[in-house]
Amino acid sequence: MINKDLVIIGGGSAGLAAAIKARQEGIKDILIIEKDGNLGGILNQCIHNGFGLEIFNEELTGPEYAYRFKQIVKDKKIEYLLNTSILSLDKGFFIKYINESGVSICHAKCIIFAGGCYEKNAGAINLMGDRPSGIFTAGCAQKYINIKGYMPAKKVVILGSGDIGLITARRMTLEGANVLAVLEIMPYSNGLNRNIKQCLDDFNIPLYLSYTVKKVIGKSRLEKIIAGKVDENLNFIDGEEIEFDCDTLLLSVGLVPNISILNNLGIEVSSAKGPKVDEIMQTNVSGLFAAGNCVHVHDLVDFVTNEGYLAGFGAALYLKNQLKEDLNIDVVARNNVSYVVPNKIKYSSNKELEFKFRVKKPCKNVDIIIKNNDKIIKKVYKLALLPSQMENIKINTTNSPLKDGMITIDIETRA
Amino acid sequence: MQDIIIVGGGIIGVMIARKLSQYDLNVLLIEKENDVGNVTSMANSAIIHSGYDPIPGTLKAKLNVLGNKQFDLICKQLDVDFKRIGTITVCLDENDVFKLEALKNRASENNVEAFLLSKEELLKLEPNLSDNVVKGLFCPSGGIIDPFNLCVHCMENACENGVKLHLNEEVINISKDGELFSVVTNKDSYKCKIVINAAGYNADKIASFIEKIDFDIIPRKGEYFVLDHFDDSFLNHVIFTLPTNKGKGVLISKTTSNNYIIGPSSEICLKDDYSCDKLTLDSVKISASKMFKNIPFNQTIRTFAGIRATPSTHDFIIEPAKSDKYFINVAGIESPGLVSSPAIADYVIDNLISPILVLKKKKNYNPNVRKYVHFLKLSLDEQNELIKKDKDFSKIICNCEKVTLGEVKDVLNRYVKPQTIKAIKKRTRAGFGKCQSGFCQANVLDILANYYHVSPLEILYDKNGSNIIYSLTKNNGDKND
Repeated sequence: MINKDLVIIGGGSAGLAAAIKARQEGIKDILIIEKDGNLGGILNQCIHNGFGLEIFNEELTGPEYAYRFKQIVKDKKIEYLLNTSILSLDKGFFIKYINESGVSICHAKCIIFAGGCYEKNAGAINLMGDRPSGIFTAGCAQKYINIKGYMPAKKVVILGSGDIGLITARRMTLEGANVLAVLEIMPYSNGLNRNIKQCLDDFNIPLYLSYTVKKVIGKSRLEKIIAGKVDENLNFIDGEEIEFDCDTLLLSVGLVPNISILNNLGIEVSSAKGPKVDEIMQTNVSGLFAAGNCVHVHDLVDFVTNEGYLAGFGAALYLKNQLKEDLNIDVVARNNVSYVVPNKIKYSSNKELEFKFRVKKPCKNVDIIIKNNDKIIKKVYKLALLPSQMENIKINTTNSPLKDGMITIDIETRA
Repeated sequence: MQDIIIVGGGIIGVMIARKLSQYDLNVLLIEKENDVGNVTSMANSAIIHSGYDPIPGTLKAKLNVLGNKQFDLICKQLDVDFKRIGTITVCLDENDVFKLEALKNRASENNVEAFLLSKEELLKLEPNLSDNVVKGLFCPSGGIIDPFNLCVHCMENACENGVKLHLNEEVINISKDGELFSVVTNKDSYKCKIVINAAGYNADKIASFIEKIDFDIIPRKGEYFVLDHFDDSFLNHVIFTLPTNKGKGVLISKTTSNNYIIGPSSEICLKDDYSCDKLTLDSVKISASKMFKNIPFNQTIRTFAGIRATPSTHDFIIEPAKSDKYFINVAGIESPGLVSSPAIADYVIDNLISPILVLKKKKNYNPNVRKYVHFLKLSLDEQNELIKKDKDFSKIICNCEKVTLGEVKDVLNRYVKPQTIKAIKKRTRAGFGKCQSGFCQANVLDILANYYHVSPLEILYDKNGSNIIYSLTKNNGDKND
């Protein structure tokens, strides 16, 4: 068995940032464990540009963005294992992993989990009809095209207007496929505006709002999709159907934090379906930190990187024994707020706090109100809020220290 | 010339093939699909029923009970996951208790161990049972099995003992030519002394090649939910509702892979209709939720439909054709077909074949398959020993289910080779997890293409025509990895 101060599970954007920050903060004994043959995670298959606007103020491709962090990890001589999968993670932080050298157990004093997310698939959304080939999650299709160089589609319908779906629509069009439609069950799109413009509008791909797949038809390969219009309760409206003759259905219906490996540790899970964390990304299990899309799904990789930095910073404090818990505050998402990160505030020494959250439904002309118990500590006006856009609100507590109890996030519509 | 041709490689065909393989015979099994056990045997509840339910005196009752007893040995010989976790049939209405008591009597008549349990006793066994439960019938000999590998390993063992298997070959006509049958397929034609018709829901079609038949096979669809592994202790037994005239009703059970299965519905359908529909699945949900609390349907990873071959006669049809005792129909094998299959094979051989053909035991018959590798179940030392010998066991192909490349290659180097992504999934569980192959499908496709030295364009997801890739991308030639 080997021993490490800090083990980072996952060498994608969150894991790399966490490693770099922890090293900057003086942690020497770090190991990154990555299942693929390359650091960078899912960025490696995202060959489109648009990454890095927040952090580098320029537009990079996924592999370019990953490269910058990989280089730092290499320059700082941070140890990493590639082609290494976690078999189990047990109480006391015994990590069983497997690679060419065999199955090994590593004991860590501190763990940062940065395992990313997975895509909701046909089973998870109870897709009705036949079970032919030609139904892919957008990420799976992206891997076929961008990593393997295989084209799995000719005539395509995309379900879900999330960003991966939109970007894959453009990629498939450029590869010669005919994208017939993007269907979105909600009355609004779930993708970034710039992606709707650049991926659909520029290629004349129609977006059908309030439509979803009613039935897929095809004995061996997909032959046809019956799409149906839904009402405000998401029930199908009789007679409002459109048929699409297509060989491919791409699902871009949401991402879910991939945390089943943490099952043995007794973590508490938030409404974002990731572990609950405090303001330095520590879970309810002391010494277990988490960052990135395994905590909550982000819109931009830049935000994932920042969250990785925060977890790296927190883990360093933990390892240096510099954490002094002196607050006990639950952070609660209310009314139209679907989740908030962090879920706990524990340290009065952190003067700069950032709350990340999403709304459940689009809203206009609203105030975001953050209260500590019943005292308003921040109020921000917004012209519009969308579920597809993560909001973040920063507060500084230097002049008005927080009190034990609750912090609440509310959305109030202005009259 | 063949002594015996078996038409159909579902569980019935492969069980008969394996039992015949202990004799000095030329046996050929012809299957139209690209894998054995790929139709009804693949899509069912995967339950080894105890036999409390079939009407006493029927073939169903007799063969169910005889079949059940054989599974400990068969699963040991064939290296198939099987657990006698016991079944509980629950009664949710005071007015229905007499039905449960009738079932208990039926169980006694069928010689099946069964116990009536009170609500308190039931809740001790299954704390999540519905508050409405009044009484239940507990049958300890019921169990759960991995139906995919049961079919595959059974056929593999038959092949190792000399049976020939032709996949992707469809029987299009059978006629009698003097003493022999002439079996014509879409690829070839064969002569044989005996035909065994084990063609599942197509058994009526195959039987009709020889004579006008007096039974029908009615396809009846059952739709199911499969849930992810979320909590091993959520449920400990197979839970049934009271049976109705349409079948055993909805059940909820653990699977051998620690998933949960909920279903089936029961609707008459067309022969190739495997579609799922919302209304039906909603009714399954309602039935299941009536007997079990807090079923987390948000953990659903798949919904699917299977088709039962329901006979118009209401009992298994295991008899020679009226006009020819050398043509043996094994038809209408609906539930409890899976559990009955070994006893059906015995019945066919002892009662229908041995009177018309000399059966001589082989000297070198081996009932055991070469052990499979279940990497996750090995000890740390065993795992490392294996990796030392073969690095492929260190490469995880499917991260959800932790399947190694070594295990995938092992099943590729067997008698009944997986030809499709689905066939790999059924054997190894790669793609069976919560991402449903979103992460690993592209890699499995490459493994198949490399193994068979074919273009990725030729790799199938499942049935013929279910290709995945249409072409290479525009710059595929420039790739350097």
